[in-house]
Amino acid sequence: MNQPNTEPSSSCCQASPAELSRRKFLARVSIAAGGIGALIVALPVAGFILAPLFKRTQEVWRSVGKVEAFKVGETTAVQYEDASPLPWAGVTAHSAAWLRRVNADTFIAFSINCTHLGCPVRWLAEANLFMCPCHGGVYYEDGTVAAGPPPVPLRRYPVRVKNGDVEIQTAPIPIIKK
Amino acid sequence: MDDRTGLPGMIGRTARHLVPPDAKWWYVFGSATLCAFMIQVISGIALAFVYIPSAGEAYSTLHFISEEAPFGHFLRGLHYYGASAMVLMVGLHMAQVFLAGSYKFPRELNWATGVLLLAFTLAMGFTGQLLRGDQNAVWTVVVAAEQAGRTPFIGQWLAHFILGGDTVGGATFTRFFAIHVFIMPGFIFAFVGLHLWLVLRHGISEPPKPGKLVDPKTYRQEYKELLEKEGKPFWPDSAWRDVVFCVAMIVVIAALALVSGAPQLGKPPDPSITTASPRPDWYFMWYFAVLALLPHGTEQYFLVFGPLIVGIILIALPFVFNRGERSPWRRPWAIAIVLMTVVMIATLWIAGAKSPWSPNFNAQPLPASVVGATNGPVFLGAQLFHDKGCLNCHLIAGNGGRRGPDLTAVADRLSSNQMILKIANGAVNMPAYAANLTPAQMDALVAFLQTRRIQRQ
Repeated sequence: MNQPNTEPSSSCCQASPAELSRRKFLARVSIAAGGIGALIVALPVAGFILAPLFKRTQEVWRSVGKVEAFKVGETTAVQYEDASPLPWAGVTAHSAAWLRRVNADTFIAFSINCTHLGCPVRWLAEANLFMCPCHGGVYYEDGTVAAGPPPVPLRRYPVRVKNGDVEIQTAPIPIIKK
Repeated sequence: MDDRTGLPGMIGRTARHLVPPDAKWWYVFGSATLCAFMIQVISGIALAFVYIPSAGEAYSTLHFISEEAPFGHFLRGLHYYGASAMVLMVGLHMAQVFLAGSYKFPRELNWATGVLLLAFTLAMGFTGQLLRGDQNAVWTVVVAAEQAGRTPFIGQWLAHFILGGDTVGGATFTRFFAIHVFIMPGFIFAFVGLHLWLVLRHGISEPPKPGKLVDPKTYRQEYKELLEKEGKPFWPDSAWRDVVFCVAMIVVIAALALVSGAPQLGKPPDPSITTASPRPDWYFMWYFAVLALLPHGTEQYFLVFGPLIVGIILIALPFVFNRGERSPWRRPWAIAIVLMTVVMIATLWIAGAKSPWSPNFNAQPLPASVVGATNGPVFLGAQLFHDKGCLNCHLIAGNGGRRGPDLTAVADRLSSNQMILKIANGAVNMPAYAANLTPAQMDALVAFLQTRRIQRQ
């Protein structure tokens, strides 16, 4: 791409008005052409890189086990696949939730992400508490905040019982705004 | 050659440009940063010969590099300690320039480009830690996304951009690879070029003399006269110190890489493994502590505006204070700011390394020698103290966690009733146990705690 000439010729200072306006014109044409060239390359690149922002993931229900496998009053870690993992995702395609069986037909699926900054909370069964390893957040068995910096209760994922299976709906990692 | 390319002459003139005579060992940190960056470029390119930037493969290539590839262990160590040296040298360079007032007229843009280079260096440190592709990397991305998510209006978008989607997955690591290997190094090369061009354009600042003020009207003339009178060619009169320091640094980095090696890899990058203790690399350990110690409820302001305000202050500094005294001995606040920053970061760093706010997940039941009973309510209470998670956060005779107060001698401070109130109601950093303990359990727990005295009865 031709850049506007920055080295004035020796005759620059005696240039005729016609020559000056021609120079101005050439400079503008070059800048405009350069801009168009840059846009042709930049727009698809920006779209390619920003694509994940606009991707709508089709959430799916994933079975995490038979209803009988979960005892009433207990909370257990369950693993499942993300909604549409990329072929090379490997183990990063896994997700987890803390599944609590409240009674015979009520389940709660808690996100494992602490609402403070997203670290994975651990369930301490005997203490009936979730504890976060990062900054000391603690939650009660119902996910409400018991102690520490978390601003809101543990997030919940949609959960249902279908054909004797407990199913969790895949969901984005909860990004807490508060 | 000189006639056809013009390069030898130009390089020679540049290398031998005049510098102030007293520019001694204080002036080596900038070139040392560049030297560390070159180590990073070379060792990084070497690592890229094997590394696969894919979520499914990165971890196993890291294992291969660390354990099987010839010199792989050493190269990883070189890249890690090179990064550490770069962060350290950027910090020292910045402190030296700040203390000597070298950011003042006409070198305001030298400082501003330096601040950007600091930001790029930290971005490299952060993204580099992620490319290890282990469990720690996964949670570091999540923590970063959650922080970005607090940004007003565009938070959700930023968080999704960092994750490369809704969750950690195949798209996450490749993005950071591109940023770490192409985008950030590109910025660093460009800004190092600009930074060095500015150094040549304005000259290396002369060591400050107390009482000699910077006046934009006369400074350039005075500097020119100083160089004409006493200036020495940069190469080799001054450059030899840079070379010696750089080589010494390489020796130290190589020795550390040989002896200590790069950080151990964590567990595989499986986001469904809930047994994790995410920790940043040492250069962000202090910030990890900041995040834990912020007053509750303030983080949504701090997370975004804290770094933003620090960045604005740093960039604005030379434009606001661009004249006057340069000597640190006449600018005691400059010394105070550097000292306070060092003390603050060091204190936070130690706090982060200890992270007393994190529950101790490895707390074992108290031994009988500490409990002092093998049956009865005291024994039961001691068991409950472990099982109910008290020991995760409280110390008893050196066992347990450090989140809450040390309860080794709690009975010297609190009566039974006071204990029951505390345990039942909890506090800001302690769960309320009212619904979690039966009356009999509460009695046993208090019976045990009432035996916790310095002077056993």
